[in-house]
Amino acid sequence: MSQELFDRFTKCAVELLSVDAAKVTRDARFKEDLEADSLDLVEFVMALEEEFSVEVPEKELEGITTVGQAFDLIAAKAK
Amino acid sequence: MQGAGHRVAITGYGVVAPCGLGKDAFWRGLLGPGITSAKTVEIADWDPLPYFSNPKEARRSDRVEQFALAAAQEAFAMSGDLPYEPARMGSIFGTGIGGLRTLEEQVITRVEKGERRVSPFLVPMMMSNAAGAAISMRYHLQGPAETICTACAAATHAMGYAARLVAWGQCDAVVTGGAESALTLTAVAGFANMTALSSSGCSKPFDSTRDGFVFGEGAAVFIFERWDAAVARGANIIAEVLGAASNADAHHITAPSPGGVGAQACMRSALHDARLQPSDIKQVNAHGTSTPLNDSAEAQAVAAVFGSPTPPMTSIKGVTGHPLGAAGALEAAAVLLSFEHRLIPPTANTSTLGDDIACDVVIGEPRAWTPGPTISNNFGFGGHNGSVILGPAN
Repeated sequence: MSQELFDRFTKCAVELLSVDAAKVTRDARFKEDLEADSLDLVEFVMALEEEFSVEVPEKELEGITTVGQAFDLIAAKAK
Repeated sequence: MQGAGHRVAITGYGVVAPCGLGKDAFWRGLLGPGITSAKTVEIADWDPLPYFSNPKEARRSDRVEQFALAAAQEAFAMSGDLPYEPARMGSIFGTGIGGLRTLEEQVITRVEKGERRVSPFLVPMMMSNAAGAAISMRYHLQGPAETICTACAAATHAMGYAARLVAWGQCDAVVTGGAESALTLTAVAGFANMTALSSSGCSKPFDSTRDGFVFGEGAAVFIFERWDAAVARGANIIAEVLGAASNADAHHITAPSPGGVGAQACMRSALHDARLQPSDIKQVNAHGTSTPLNDSAEAQAVAAVFGSPTPPMTSIKGVTGHPLGAAGALEAAAVLLSFEHRLIPPTANTSTLGDDIACDVVIGEPRAWTPGPTISNNFGFGGHNGSVILGPAN
C-alpha cells in the first residue's frame, strides 16, 4: 500500500467527512466509525475522483463498507 | 386568538440579520443608520460553525438553513427546555424561496464540470422545506412540520398557522418564524430587471422619493406555547399572539390591489380574530418595503382601517432591507423588542412622507410608547396578505 496515496485519501476523508485523521484506518467502517451516511459517501467518492483523477462507477461501490475497501478500489485505478 | 380557547404565549425568540446577530444586537441595529448606498444587504462574515456539531453538518446546510438553526438556538436558549410530548410539538416555518444559493452553485458546477459533479446534497439543501425540517429534526419535534412559501408573506402566514395550532389545542408548542438567503447574482438580476430594487440603493419606506427595496436576508425563530402550559412550567412569557389573518388580493401577480383593499380585509380579519377594535391597536409594524406601489397601497389600507390619526406606524426595512420570506419574522422580533424597550424604532432614511401616505409614520428618533397590541403586516408576490397581532404579556 502506498503511504503517499493513503495520505491523500485520508486528507479527503478528513475534509469531507469531518473526522480526525487518526480515525481513518483501513478497518474503519464508514457508517459506524466515521458517521458517514449514503449521501456523504457519494460526495466523498466525488472528491476522490477529483483528487486521483479516476472514475468510479456506482456499481463498483456496492458492498464497500470500510476505508480499506474504498482505498484499494481507488488505488487500483490510480496506478 | 380564536380557537379552542387556548391563549398563545411567546416564550423565546432568536434573530440573525445584517444589522445584528442575536436579539440585542438586532435592536441596536434597528436604532442605527439605515442602508443608503447598496442594492443588497448581507450578513457580513457569517460563520455557521458555532451552530453545528462539525464542519460537515454545516456544509450540508444551505445558508438559509444555517440562519434558521442559529436563530432557533437563541430561541430555545431563551425559552428553556420544553417538557411536552414530541408529538405535541411542531415546526411551522416560512421562507420565500429556500436554498437558492445551493441551486445556483450547482447549476454552475453542472455547466462547468458535468452532471457527475452535481452534489448529492443539492436536493436536500435547496428544497424550501429544508430549514423547517432541520429545526424539527434538531429539536425532535414530531408534530406537524410544514413550510409555508407565500413569498414575502411566508413568515407571517407561518406564525399565524403556528399560533392557530396552539390555540386549537393541537400542539403544546410550535416553533415558527422564517428565514431567507436568496441573494444570488441571478436573483438580484431578476429583481432588478423587474424594477423592484432601489435604483438609488436607499431603503426609505413611505418617503416621497422612495424608489424600490434593498434586497436583504436573515431569519427569526419563535417558540409559541400554550399559555397555561407555559405558566405551569414557570416559563418567562414574553408576549402573546392575539390574532392573525391571511387572505389574497386575487388581482395581480406582483401589484397590490388598488387602495390596498386586500390588505384592509386582512387587517380587519386579524382584528376580528383578536376580538379587538381598530382603536385598540397601538402600533403598526408595516410591510413598508420602500417600493412606490407597496407603500402607497399599504398606507391607504392602514388609513382606511384605523382612521385618522393612524396608530404610530414604522417599517424596519430602512435598516434591514427586504429579506423576502423572512420579513415577517424579523418584524415580529422588532415588535417584541419594542415591547421590551418601550420604544418604537424609527423608519430609517425616511424624511419626507409621500403625498399618498396619510399615516403617522415614526421617523427621525425612536418614539416612546406604552406597549399595547401591535399589528404586523406582510404582503407577498402572488397577492398574499398576512397580518399578525402581538400583545405584551399580561
